[in-house]
This record gives sequence, structure tokens and C-alpha cells, in this order.
Amino acid sequence: MIDVNEKKFYKVDDIVKKHGFKKMNLIAILQEIQGEYRYLPEEIMTYVATVMNLPLSHIFGVATFYSQFSLEPKGKYEIKICDGTACHVRGSEPIIKAVRNKLNLTKDKKTTDDLLFSLETVSCLGACGLAPVVVINDKVYPQMTPEKISKVIDDLKSLKKE
Amino acid sequence: MDKKACDKILYIDDKPFAIGNEKNLLEVIRNAGYDLPTFCYRSDLSVYGACRMCVVEIEGRGVQASCTVPPEPGMKVTINTEKTRRIRRMVIKLLLANHSKDCTTCSKSGECDLQEAASRLGITDIPFECEEKKHPLDTGNPAVIRDPNKCILCGACVRTCREIQGKSVLDFVYRGSNTIVSPAFKKNLDEVNCTFCGQCVAVCPTGALRIRSELDNFWKMVLDKNKKVVVQVAPAVRVAFGEAFGIKPGKNLIGMITAALRKVGVDKVFDTTFAADLTIMEEATEFVNMLKSKKDFPLLTSCCPAWVRHVEQKYPQFISHLSTCRSPQQMFGAVAKELLSKEYGIRREEICVVSVMPCTAKKSEARRKEFSVNSDPDVDVVLTTQELIKMVKAGNINFSALEPQEMDSPFGVFSGAGVIFGASGGVAEAALRTAYKLVTGEALGEIEIKPLRGLKSFKEFAVNIKGEVISVAVVNTLSQASKLLEDIAAHKVHYHLVEVMACPGGCIAGAGQPYSIDRMAIREGRLKGLYQDDVDSRIRVSYENEEVQKLYDKWLQNPNSEIAHQFLHTHYHNRKRITGEDIGLFRKGSEVLPKTTVCVCVGTSCYVHGSYDFIEAIMAKIRAEGLEDAVMVKATFCLQQCGHGPNIKIDDQIISHATVDRVSEIFDRYIRVKYKK
Amino acid sequence: MGRKIKNREEFADFKGAAFKNFVEHGARVLICSGTGCMANGAMDVYNVFLELKINVKFKNTEKDIALVKTGCRGFCENGVLVDIVDDGVTYVKVKKEDVAEIVESHLKNGQIVQRLLYHDPKTDSRVEKNKDINFYAKQKRTSLANCGHIDPESIGEYIFVGGYESLWDVLSKTPDEVCKTVSESGLRGRGGGGFPTGRKWEFVKNAEGKKKYVICNGDEGDPGAFMDRSIMEGDPHKLIEGMITAAYAVGADEGYIYVRAEYPLAVKRLRVAVKQAEEIGVLGVNIFGSDFSFKIKVKEGAGAFVCGEETALMASIEGERGMPKSKPPFPANKGLFGKPTLINNVETYSNVPLIMKNGAQWFRKLGSPKNPGTKTFALTGEINNSGLIEVPMGMTLREIVFDIGGGIRNGKKFKAVQIGGPSGGCLTEEHLDLPLEYETLIEVGAMVGSGGLVVLNEDTCMVEIARFFMHFTQNESCGKCVLCREGTKNMLKILEKIVEGKAQLSDLDLLEELALAVKDGSLCGLGKTAPNPVLSTLRYFRDEYLAHIIDKRCPAGVCSALKMIEIDEQLCKGCSKCARLCPVGAISGEIKKTYKIDQTKCIKCGACLTACPFKAIKEV
Repeated sequence: MIDVNEKKFYKVDDIVKKHGFKKMNLIAILQEIQGEYRYLPEEIMTYVATVMNLPLSHIFGVATFYSQFSLEPKGKYEIKICDGTACHVRGSEPIIKAVRNKLNLTKDKKTTDDLLFSLETVSCLGACGLAPVVVINDKVYPQMTPEKISKVIDDLKSLKKE
Repeated sequence: MDKKACDKILYIDDKPFAIGNEKNLLEVIRNAGYDLPTFCYRSDLSVYGACRMCVVEIEGRGVQASCTVPPEPGMKVTINTEKTRRIRRMVIKLLLANHSKDCTTCSKSGECDLQEAASRLGITDIPFECEEKKHPLDTGNPAVIRDPNKCILCGACVRTCREIQGKSVLDFVYRGSNTIVSPAFKKNLDEVNCTFCGQCVAVCPTGALRIRSELDNFWKMVLDKNKKVVVQVAPAVRVAFGEAFGIKPGKNLIGMITAALRKVGVDKVFDTTFAADLTIMEEATEFVNMLKSKKDFPLLTSCCPAWVRHVEQKYPQFISHLSTCRSPQQMFGAVAKELLSKEYGIRREEICVVSVMPCTAKKSEARRKEFSVNSDPDVDVVLTTQELIKMVKAGNINFSALEPQEMDSPFGVFSGAGVIFGASGGVAEAALRTAYKLVTGEALGEIEIKPLRGLKSFKEFAVNIKGEVISVAVVNTLSQASKLLEDIAAHKVHYHLVEVMACPGGCIAGAGQPYSIDRMAIREGRLKGLYQDDVDSRIRVSYENEEVQKLYDKWLQNPNSEIAHQFLHTHYHNRKRITGEDIGLFRKGSEVLPKTTVCVCVGTSCYVHGSYDFIEAIMAKIRAEGLEDAVMVKATFCLQQCGHGPNIKIDDQIISHATVDRVSEIFDRYIRVKYKK
Repeated sequence: MGRKIKNREEFADFKGAAFKNFVEHGARVLICSGTGCMANGAMDVYNVFLELKINVKFKNTEKDIALVKTGCRGFCENGVLVDIVDDGVTYVKVKKEDVAEIVESHLKNGQIVQRLLYHDPKTDSRVEKNKDINFYAKQKRTSLANCGHIDPESIGEYIFVGGYESLWDVLSKTPDEVCKTVSESGLRGRGGGGFPTGRKWEFVKNAEGKKKYVICNGDEGDPGAFMDRSIMEGDPHKLIEGMITAAYAVGADEGYIYVRAEYPLAVKRLRVAVKQAEEIGVLGVNIFGSDFSFKIKVKEGAGAFVCGEETALMASIEGERGMPKSKPPFPANKGLFGKPTLINNVETYSNVPLIMKNGAQWFRKLGSPKNPGTKTFALTGEINNSGLIEVPMGMTLREIVFDIGGGIRNGKKFKAVQIGGPSGGCLTEEHLDLPLEYETLIEVGAMVGSGGLVVLNEDTCMVEIARFFMHFTQNESCGKCVLCREGTKNMLKILEKIVEGKAQLSDLDLLEELALAVKDGSLCGLGKTAPNPVLSTLRYFRDEYLAHIIDKRCPAGVCSALKMIEIDEQLCKGCSKCARLCPVGAISGEIKKTYKIDQTKCIKCGACLTACPFKAIKEV
């Protein structure tokens, strides 16, 4: 049994209802559910398939197509490092390495064990003038360096302790 | 050439060709005598355009996949250019680099489209770094093996399952070079709503979807001196078997098949068609009894195991409409084991019943628990037509040198009505021939019911039987069947008898039949063969089958008798089609109070009947009563009572029709009692 | 608000009220709130201003200070940008700590704060008037005209600067006439292909069917491009006005704006704009009291570059996997939900109100004969003034890089410009005087694309750049057609071999052969253009490929696998620090004698490099 509380489950139903059970709103529905759970739990997708009368394989197919969706819980802080052209030529690679080292993450292990941080690289956040750019939970950190990002992570960690 | 004809001309390699009714340029090119290869194009599915093998150059439009281009007059098409040749060769090389390297031991070897294309294009090396994909095989079911390592992502299976069967068991998952074809959550086919109709296997150009072979088991039985091996051959097998030996589809080769089976050492060769006649006696009687008692119509046929499974999975409310008759395969198994063990004076287990079927779902049907006695199955081995062909080859038999032989008695006798079981509409036609006789005492005037024949996916017919107009619907493919059931449920249509076969055109197009790309023409041929066999038959109605009559006289008494029910009828189950975990709502359980668990079904049927409102109401009630620490509420999937939704389960007790207005009553009766001080 | 405008008088009243609002608010101080400036702390700057401006009168006049958050002004690297409109002064790199000084010195006393002015690296001087900043001086900002000058979340400001004016004219014409004007203007699709917009509109207008759709493609996924984002964030109403015009011309009553998920601010501002437009009757039933009705929905993507391809985008709107479909059928005949659909990109629609307002001939005078109008570009990379620019089509690369862009950063040498992102190609020194137009670029193996211009200097390895783009496209391939799915993967593998020094000459032939097959044979635009960066770098920088393959050397010194770390015999004092630090024991020697690196063991981690107290260890 997955660990979801009542409130969130109600939200799932509200979300589906709000979008009128329409297949064309499936992506928005999954986005909002991920907003609640920070990932897409299998049971919830099964529920959505049932109430929307869609094949489960379709929902799974959509959920695995778009890179925004995660089938595993993501960290409280989602670190997105831009690896678009501008960021790449201005040195995003060392930043990615630094974050992976610091948080003990790899290409395949994307979330820390304490579920505090997850890391993904994204292609172009459209803030090329500020390259290299890192985004953490929608906050943009411009002109990053391995040292600067390390400091940001430390700050977020201490925030948690408070 | 007159002006009008001129308008309908295009040019292929500078030569003019007339445009007919072709849906796309590829068909025009093929009709013009070119054999342009494709992996993803199937004339009966939507156009996908992904394999890029059928590329041509069109003047002014550059390189185009011809399957996606509507033919236009005046088009100037070139088939072989530097570009198209490079593309075709590159496609093969890229696919091979990414493909399992076990060609020689692959069961598809020799009929694999990828293998053939590579050979035709003279690909002798793969310049790319080869990688071994290591996806686990899906072998959890008796019918189909899914091997993603051999998948070239042509999507034919995905489209078949969606467009033909309306099931969407398979879909593309993940993206880019990580894409695979898979059921949801990468589950195995037996864990999802697959019916094992095998139509995905029938369109797979490689060995990615293949039939689970039971040949090893077959040989073991044949070579075991303590076993009596009894074979039954289904009607549709005989008109397709020859295709593997270069014989035109539709040619009836039952005599050759019988000879071949005897040659490898089976003890008896019988005909499933005999059991089809038996089925008709039972089913027509069931139908006539329904007419008499004015019971809820329609009666749904139950010969097709994929269809039966589909009803159990998706339309459990229609289970009571399914004919209780076992399919001919299972009637044969039950009868053969019972009678032959007595005749030979051996134990049931020592008889081995092998059936040869055009179908993959039959493999799954034979494994149903209802069809075994003390764990001994009525049918031990199910071979498909394809496996029979392989058996003949592996048995070192020179097929062309065989002399046709007669089948064994008594189960080798059959009527023409039984033969047409292999075609969509055949069961209904055969049933009507007998039902008419049973009600009126007279033979049906015109026994050939033409409106029910042919490859169309929906056919209907009405007949006046003693003043009552009896309407019959015949559908094939599960998408059509679903549509019809929904129309019936919505009272949009009404029928007395509904025949369903899951494969397009019926069993002749079963997934166990020889593989072919040009499927429409082949289906036509097989169909013609079956109906010709009906015409050529000595008897054409089931009630005239003297061996069937003898069976009743000696043993089964009458159709639908008690003993007939024991051996020839069955029952069905609601099948949970989602294997999902429950969703916990109230999480905490208290240390002191006894715990109660309330599971509320949120499956489709219960949901539409208001189970979600029930959750809200019961939780409000629990909270109001201050029992949220004691009662755990879960949302769950399918308590298998779909006809009576909403369903809930309190601890181990299932309560149906749990509507919102019953919340207080249910709470008082099942929950409050436990906590009364 | 809340009353729907039904005739010109009501519109004039509304505009009058907006004007009053605008003027009475006082001297405008614009704080750029585009994504770039927001990241640099624009909200903090705004809040400090908000606090300090109370009771402040502009330069001791009666004028209050009107604070306005605007969209992107394009000069992102210099954010936060603060504009004192009345004086034409732009302050750059403003931090919240600087606000007090601006208020005290400039707003109160009219003294310009010199240290916050833009510093021109060419002349080594501060630039007082923003019109003199080179970055802006050579631009022709039309579709970006309002970006950075009005509050994107205020429909009043948009109408005040002339917005929605053209709709009156449009609604009084026939759809044929509207299409004709667009055709005559010569506007071409700004999404990359350059297809004549007017002709596209005609197709949809003439397509059979009662229900038609208009879609705006805001799925700007090219890495290194953010033109559309800036328009959506900075001037959303202009885009909406363009879409309404298009819908009227083709006979559609429903529209979608598809925005990529990575642009949350654009999504928010578009939703605000749509709501405002609905409130005053610009969108909805009987627009401006006419018979014409049109509604717009904003749809968010979910992270798939391929959804920029129009058929994939439509699949995504329908709730499907974003996999492209073969064309034909074209969207104009069978698009969204199987209905005739017009699909254009953000910049294309944003040009429409200008054409409607100023006429086709005005538009034709901008740009060059075959390529009228302007084009926005995202100028980024190793350049001094990176940011968003808009120039007349046909401008040369030299003007863009050296005048507007201010030349290469840190005094380095220009090497190439990567144009058009992962579908584009590179332009080299020999192309500096090439006019930027659709045809000229295709001739040299590049394309306008959506307009990303990434400037590369001498330190860039072109093979690495090709590898980078191939990594991107193979990662974003939808996986449908064989050539794109498997072809890009294998091209990437070959490129990886090359940058690692493991390739042979035959690999280069194979790469080229494969690139051509993928280009000719792929199903959709993504696959067809994916080989462009490879083909283009092969064309202009073949010697760099050969250096990697034959000499096992990276001329730019970028590819780490081809680097060698050596100890300078002259400088080494034999302290043994490097040998002790080396994680793989590749360094050996005797104390006080020269140490040596065993190249077969060295993993090029660089630990010794930074550790050497005598700087004797170098990368070569």
C-alpha cells in the first residue's frame, strides 16, 4: 500500500474532475498529480486510468514519454542544471560533476537517499544570457560555478535543519 | 488514351501506371509489380510510416515513404535511387546492430521480414557497434512470448491491439532509443488485460512476439510408450496448412494432415469438427430453451476463448449471457478422455489429448482450472497450425509424398455446419440450422445464410421461427464486440443471438495460422475453402451427425441433460484486470482499539456507480464518530462484483450496492457494532 | 473592468482611461522582470524601490514615480536592468543595494549614477543614454517593441501603446482580404522553415470543415534560443492579437497556445493576458460586438523537444505521446482532432498586428526583398553582449556579432557561430558578410531555425560541439522512425569515439554516409535536420575531425581524453608532491630529480596539475 494521505487522494479526484475527465487534459492532470506527490505513483495512475476510462498502457506511455514526469519519488529540492548550448559552452559540465560528487549521485541515481535533493539536466531553460544556469524548485540561480552551487546546496541543507 | 484515363495515370520509373482504388502510393507500386519491402505497413491498420523501407523519390517532393503518400495523377516516382538505396540499406544495418544475434535459433527464422530484407538487400556486414539489449522475456502466460530484444518498434502489434481489438494492452513506453513496446508498468501479459488472442503475434515481422511452442511436450508424449496420443484438428487448420508448402490458401488438406500425424506416431486422429456438431446440439438447445422461457437475451456464443476472457475482464455484467457450452476443443477433450480411457481400459492421465488449433488463446483456454479433473487437463497439448507445420518438418516427413488418409472413428465424422465454425458467422449459421429444426421440426429452407458470411466485422440477419422474428448479430474483432455490447447495454440494439470471434474474419485468421503480410487475400482464400468444404459435405446440419446422435443415445442422454452439463458445460469468472495495490487513505491504526479495514472499490464500474462519493461520506462519518484512529480506509481496485457496484469490503465481508444513502446503515451494521462500549 | 467592449467608442473610452492611468502615475521607472533579470534579483530590486519611492517626487517636480515591472529587454547578461524612461537612461547590473542611490541621486536630484551605467568594452567608457548603447543602436525592434517597455500583465498598457487597435480594421474586412494582406507582406514562418505565412493561412481558410483550430507553437526547445519566451513573457497580448486575426482569417473559433513546461513565467503571463482579454471582450463570444467568436486555451508541455514539431505538438495537445505523424495529411487539412488547423510560431503571430496596423508595404520595407521584416535572435555564447536582439532580415553576421554583440569576450578570436540550434549548422569567418536570410543560410548548410545564435571562439572544439548537439537530438528523438532513433544514436557513438581518440578514418566515412541517410530518410523535421551540425562541421572544420582521428589531438584543447599532462623538466624541483597525490600511481621519480608521468597509466584527473607548487605540470 502506498503512503498517501487522504488529503492528497482527494486532490487527485478533484484534479481529474476539474479537467472534465478529458483525455486531452491528461498531461495537465499528470502534472498536477506530480505536483502533489512529487512523482506519479503506480496506484494513482491506475486510478486515473480507471476513472478516465483510458487504457492503462496509454497513461503509462504518456508518463514515460515526457521527461518532466517521474515514476520515482523526487527530492524536496529539484535541482535542474541547464545543459543547453550557451550553458554548455560556458561550462555546465563541471557544475553537473560537482553536484553529483557532493550529493553522491550518478547518471542513474538521481535522488538522494534522504529524498532531499534530486538532480536532472535539462536542455535550455531559455535563460542563456545568464549561462550557466541552475534552477532549484523554480528559483533561477544565474552564472553558476562549482563553488557557488556547492554553497547553494549547503544553504538548502541547513535550511532543513532549522 | 482518352482524357479521363489520362487523369488517373502516374509514372513509376518513367513507365505509366493507372491509379485504381489504392489507398496509397505503396499499394500502387506493389500492384505495378514491385515488391517494395516494409515492416510497419499493414493494409488493415492505420498508416504509421516509421520503418522508412518503402521510400521512393517523387519528382518535386524528394524522398517520401510511399505508404504515407496518396497517389496523385502525374506523379513521377523513382523506386531505386542512390538516396533510397542508401536509406533502405542503412535502416537494415541500424536495426541489425540493435537486434538479438541468435537468428539461427530464432523460431521466426525463415519467415522473419527483417532477415529476408537483409538478405535481399545483400547486407553482409554491420558497420556499427552492436549492442545486446537485455530486456527480460515475458513468458508468464501459456500462449505468447514477448521478447523486446527482437522488437524493431514497427508498432504493428500496438496498432492491432488498439485498432482491431480495442484493448490497448500494448503501447510504446519510454522515448527515443529507450522506447520499447510493453504493457503498462512493464508488467507481463498475464498481469494485464490480455486475452491472448495473439493478433499481435500475427503481425509481428520478427520474433519479438511469438507463439509459445508446445512441440517439445508433444514429442515427449508421442515417444512415451505409456501414453495414448489422441489428436483433434480444428476446421480452420486444414485450409491454411498448405500455405507453408506453397499450396494456395483454401485448399483442404485434412487428409494429408491426418497422414502426417499418423506417420509421426500419434494413436488416433480425430476432428474438432465432430465436437463442433456436439456444441451446436448443446448451444442450439440452450438457445431454444431461452426462447421458450423468454429469458433475457441475447445469448452470447462462447467458442472463442479470447472473447470469453474479454467479457470476464471488461464486461462482467454480461457473464450471465455467455452460453455455458464449452468450446469444441474442450468438449472434445472432456469426451475423449472419458470415453477413450474406458475403451482402452486405462487411466485418464494415460490419454494425452493434443489439439491442433489456428489459435493462441486456445493454449490459454486449455489451462483453465474448470477444464481439468484432479489436475489432469482435458486437453494436454495445444499446437497451432504453425507448430504443426514445424512438427511435420521436424518429423522428417516428405510432405509432397504423403497420401491423404481418412480420420479415425467415431470422432472423425462431422457435418458441414461444424466445418464453418472456422469462419466468422459460421457458428451462428450452424446454430440456426439446428435451432430452426428443434423449434419447428423442419429443416431450414435455405441452409446457406449468406448475410452472415464474409470478412466484414459486423453482420446481422433475422429469421422467422414459428412466428417469432429471431435476430442474430455476428461480429468479429474485440473492438466491434465491445461496441456491440455497449450498444446492447444502452438498449440501442436488441438481438437474440450474438456470435463473436476475436480474430478478424474468424478462426481462419487466427494467430496460430501461417504468417503472412498479404493478409486480406489469404483470408479470402481460406474462407472460400471452408465454405466449399461445407458444400462438399455428406451432411450439412449437426443434428444429422450420426456419431453425435449415438453419443447421446449411449451416454449423454439429451442435450442439456445433467450429464451433458457435467461434461459439456462450464462457468465463468469475473477477472480482476488491474493488479494494483490499494491506496491508503486513513493511515494510522490505533494501539488500543480493534482495527477495521474498509476497502472501497474505485474500479470503473464502481466508480461510475458512485463509489467515490461513498468514500467521502464514509470517511466523514468515521471522523464524526471519532473513529479515524481505528478504521483504516483504502481505495482498492475491483472486488470482482462489477455488476453490483459500488462494492466495498469491510474486513473480509463484501457489501454490494454500497450507495451514499446507505452510509449510516452500513456504518451502524458493520463498524459501530465493533466499538460499542 | 469586467465590461465587454462592443464598439469603437467604448474602446476609445477604455484607451482614454488607460492613458490617464499611464500619465497620472508619473515618471516611469521600468524594472525588467524577464526570467533573466528575475534570476538576478529583480523582485528584490522592485521591492526596495517600492519602499523607497514613497513620497518621492521625480526631480523635485510634481510627478510621482510610477514603478513598472516589464518583460524581457533582451540585455539579459546585464540584469537587473532599470530604466528611467523620462531621461532615457538604463542602469545595468542593479542590485537591491544600489536602489537607494538611484532614488536619492537620480530620481530626487536628477544626478545620473555613473557607476551603474553600461560600460562599453570597445570604447572603455560609460554610456549615458540607452539609445547609444551599441547593443540597442543597430537593432530594429518591432515585434519586440513593447517588450521591456510595458507591463505585460496589464491589458490597459498594451491598449495604450496601440494594442488591439488593428482588430477593428481586421473585423471590418473579409477573411480573404486579411489573408491577402498577410500574403502581400511577404511574412514567412519565423519558426525556422520560412514558409510563406499568407499561403499557409489560405490553405486553412480554403480547407473544408466547419470546425477549425488555430495553434500557437510556443514550444521553443532549441537550446540557446529564447526569443519566443521573451515575447510570451514581455508582450503576450501582441501574440494574442495576432492569433485572433489569424482565427478570423481562417474561420477558426478555438485556439491553443502550447508553451513548453520550462517556461513557467510565460505560462503565467499568458494565462493572465487571456483572462484580461476575455474580460473586456477581446476574446470570447462576439469579439468587439462583431459576429466573430474565438477562445484561447494555454497548454503546457511536459518536457519533450520533439513537440516543437507541429504534428507531435498536436498529438501532445490531444493527450498523446508527442510522436510526429507523416505528412500528408497536412495540418491545414487534417490537424488537431482531425480538423483543419493553422499552426504558426510565437514570433510569426507577433508580426501580424504590426502588418495589419502599418500595412503590407511598410513590412516589406523592413528587411530584404525575399525576406521582408525583422527577425529576433538569441545571441549567446562567447560574446560580450549576449541577449535578445531583433534585426532586419538580411543583416550580416559581422554587424550582429561585432556591433550589436560587441565582439568576442575576453579578447579571444572569433571562430564560428552555431545558428539554428540542433537543426542548424555553423557559420565561419568566411560567412561574416553573408546576409542572414532563409535561402542564403540553406545554401551554406545552415538554417535560420528558430533563431539561436551561439558564438564560439578559438577555444571551442567543433567536433565536441557536433557531439553535443547529437547528444541532444538523440536524447530528444521520439523513437518512432528507425533512422532517427537508431541513426542519431549511432552518429553519437561515432562522434564519441572521435572525441575520445578511438576512431579510425573509416568511421568518418560511415558518419557521413549515415548522416546523409538520416537527413534524407527520417520521418519528421527533427530527424531530417539532426545531422546538420555534423554535416556542417564536417564541411567547414574537417581538419579538426582529422586531427582527432589521425593525430589523436584536439586542436582547441577541449577534449579531455586527448589531453596529455606533462612535467616540465626545467621547472620540476623533484619535490614528489605530485607522485604522492596521483591516485593511480602514474608519476614516478627520485627526490630532487625530475619526475615523469607514465602516459599509459595517467587518467588525466588533473590532481597533480593544481598541486604542483612550481607550476611545472602542464596540459599539452
